[in-house]
Amino acid sequence: MPIPTPFHDRTAALCSSYRWTDWAGYYAVSSYNLPNDSEYYSLRHAAGIIDISPLFKYEVSGPDAALFLSRIMTKNIEDIPIGRAVYCCWCDDFGKIIDDGTVFRLDNERLRVHTAEPMLAWFEQFKRGFDVSLEDISAKVAALAIQGPTSRDILRQISDMDVDALAYYQLTMAQLDKLPVLISRTGYTGDLGYEIWMDNAAALPLWDALMSAGKPFLLQPFGLDVLDIARIEAGLILNGIEFHNATHCLVESQKSTPFELGLGWTVDLDREPFCGQQALKAEQATGSQLALVGLELDWDEQAALYAKHGLPVQVHPGAWRSGVPVYNNDGRRQIGKATSGAWSPMIKKNLALAAVDTRYAEIGTRLKIEYTVEYQRETVTAEVASRPFYNPEHKRS
Amino acid sequence: MSHVNQIAPPFNSNMPTGNYDIIVIGGGHNGLVCAAYLAKAGKRVLVLENRHILGGAAASEEIFPEFTFSVYSYVVSLFRPHIVRELDLTRHGYQVIPLECTFTPFPDGESMTRCGDPEATRREIARFSPKDAEVAPRFSLAMTQMASFIKHLIDTPAVDLTSLRISELAKLLGLGRRFKALADGDKYVLTKLMTMSAVDFLKLWFESDRLIGPVSVSGIIGTFLGVRSPGTAYVLLHHYMGEIDGAFRSWGFSKGGTGGVSLACARAARSFGADIRTEAAVEKIIVREGKAAGVVVRGGHDIKCNTVISAADAHQTFFKLVGEKHLDADFVQQLKRFKYRGSSAKVNLAVDRLPDFSSKPGEGPHLRGDITIAPGVEYLEKAYDDAKYGDFSARPFLDIVIPSLTDPTVAPPGKHVISIFVQYAPYHLKEGAAQWPAKREALGDTVVDTLAEYCPNLKDSILHRQVVTPWDLEQEVGLTEGNIFQGELSLEQLGPFRPVSGWSRYQAPIDQLWMCGSCVHPGGGIMGAPGELAAKTLLKTG
Repeated sequence: MPIPTPFHDRTAALCSSYRWTDWAGYYAVSSYNLPNDSEYYSLRHAAGIIDISPLFKYEVSGPDAALFLSRIMTKNIEDIPIGRAVYCCWCDDFGKIIDDGTVFRLDNERLRVHTAEPMLAWFEQFKRGFDVSLEDISAKVAALAIQGPTSRDILRQISDMDVDALAYYQLTMAQLDKLPVLISRTGYTGDLGYEIWMDNAAALPLWDALMSAGKPFLLQPFGLDVLDIARIEAGLILNGIEFHNATHCLVESQKSTPFELGLGWTVDLDREPFCGQQALKAEQATGSQLALVGLELDWDEQAALYAKHGLPVQVHPGAWRSGVPVYNNDGRRQIGKATSGAWSPMIKKNLALAAVDTRYAEIGTRLKIEYTVEYQRETVTAEVASRPFYNPEHKRS
Repeated sequence: MSHVNQIAPPFNSNMPTGNYDIIVIGGGHNGLVCAAYLAKAGKRVLVLENRHILGGAAASEEIFPEFTFSVYSYVVSLFRPHIVRELDLTRHGYQVIPLECTFTPFPDGESMTRCGDPEATRREIARFSPKDAEVAPRFSLAMTQMASFIKHLIDTPAVDLTSLRISELAKLLGLGRRFKALADGDKYVLTKLMTMSAVDFLKLWFESDRLIGPVSVSGIIGTFLGVRSPGTAYVLLHHYMGEIDGAFRSWGFSKGGTGGVSLACARAARSFGADIRTEAAVEKIIVREGKAAGVVVRGGHDIKCNTVISAADAHQTFFKLVGEKHLDADFVQQLKRFKYRGSSAKVNLAVDRLPDFSSKPGEGPHLRGDITIAPGVEYLEKAYDDAKYGDFSARPFLDIVIPSLTDPTVAPPGKHVISIFVQYAPYHLKEGAAQWPAKREALGDTVVDTLAEYCPNLKDSILHRQVVTPWDLEQEVGLTEGNIFQGELSLEQLGPFRPVSGWSRYQAPIDQLWMCGSCVHPGGGIMGAPGELAAKTLLKTG
């Protein structure tokens, strides 16, 4: 049975829909309201706040902290300047992905890693020979993400630091309403936004301070259902959906590599050895079999399928992650699978993330995706599109 | 507003150059949609807008510093989704935020909130009528069926009833087939919709006046009719056809006000190569040998082109810009009989706090939708009675939205804009329409007094007030008699009859002159369909 996060008293009071889900053993709000449109629109047009405490968090300290993480991660962590965050992933010896997450460099000898799954054992196995200590701080540190175009305005109201000076993927220690926190300009929505990390004891007062400062800026809490739409619009992958931790996979075909997932940009190959380096070098040399792509579904073809049944076209709210086959353009050969998707209210298209044969991964390639209407399985054209699908200027500005 | 100038520089300081195939008169959303389609097809297009901003009646303006009003129109629903796709409008900034609820406060301290949660809505209606609560979803389903039938009509040019061309007959036949395909019960519903009054039609379903009142008002918006006037049931359906993301009967705010829709259309038109100029008052359409050949812009500039398309209403286009002498007497007669008789006004408020309704105190989703002051049929009929004899209603029907609750760009933090649609405010006052400026603030007071009866904190919260009467609509955006739809959406003025029987297919009785405003099929609302269909029809005819 799940347990409450440090924000539970506040989130529970607001969760009028009683729609909860289990996130890593914690109660997490799926949606506060029914329907949850206002959560989505406040996130995209004003600001939204979400409890992300169930993330796993590790503090890595000691003279070799960065070197140690460089040994594990696909990215060279030693290169990260103090006060910067990076997104990266890590693999097994065969270059198959274990998990993805963010690494924060707090100072020279102190870093933090945030992961989707517990990683203490995985990280510990690399410790030998490094002057490093590793602490699981997951249960001690509460975290919130405040995302959306007015999120900066809100932080400005209660922050002791110059929020405007905090660039994309930078982080800093600060006080919010006199509460000590770590703020990073990171998130999982593809929007302007911040993640705030704090001791559990600060959780409730910080929530209250943000909600109060956020009111004039139309801040609303949002649940995981909306987060799922937002991350698909942002073209971001999810552990357990777009990929599976290689240590959980029964067969090779269930595993993925960073290159296959479009994470080649997080792989620094030419450096001191790191876990999976040889395999990844080989893959880079020979090319990958699969590629992660964004798909945009053809609206007229969807409408035509509904029209066959005398129905107006329907748009399903929320994201799906049931997985459907993807075929080549004549529909005869399966060349991949779509792992999740959503109707995007911002760009007015049905979107999907898919793993396809690399020969079909070029932007503009027309494929077919399975599409069921009135219990009949059909296909519609889906065009390979660039990710992120939704990429507002204010994300980085 | 610098971004507006980047899209559309003023005419005076920036004379358009180049040989244009087509000049579009009017930079409202329909003119811009039309221009975008034509430019996309490779035509050299120039749009001339009279005002300093784009949008016509779908315009956003910072009337008071930091407060952006959707000065005239206020919600978006009917805008055709395929236009958004075909013109790639989301890339050009088209963003619509759906309204969450419909909230109706009553004078006795009761209220009704209908929202997207079906069970909550059922419980709410059941407080007044358990039967109505059960019937309401069936009513919605029937209206959705009707809307999907009618949708074909608004997405294609009106059928020409007099033509024997195969294509026209096929369209009639297709219409007949679709009608035949309806279930028998639906055929009756459709026929009743076409003939009955909004109230009589609703009484076929509902018993509670508290539900019939607020639902019936969709049947009178923009018409000089009462909720008991025959024919208003169809107008009800017109407002049910609004789609957002495939869902019928959904309304939304355009980000940055309704001008946001127009600006997205303008950016799309620009991206396809159209030129757009503001502060370009077209004084005359040049007609040579029965053929439109260009326009004269104030200041004496002649601009020649092959085709002129007017997004202005029929009255402005033919009587002001063309001149009767170029027109056939029968056409003139019919046009003179085309009914405008504007009946609505707009009050825009800037406030320093949210209205607090006595019947539902505090904040909540009920403020994030539309708030309807239409507490019953008798109230609405009385409001109409005043208008029949040339007065604005002593207690008008109000449709209120607070866009700043979902769109932070239209008001400073913590402050809000309230948009109030007001009916009836008849253009034809008994003292004469020209007396409107003298009555403007009295109307504003009446509206504020009416609303303040439901939220006593309103008066103290008002920082600024703007009152837009039908007279102002005519003077400022050129809507004849202040009709928001460029002519009433009454049955006899729709489809093949809009604006003149035989001339509903966008082409005017002058060679190379076309119409693309709301005065042509399928009519008004921020729909874009007249602009789109005019462009497509023109392109088809070469």
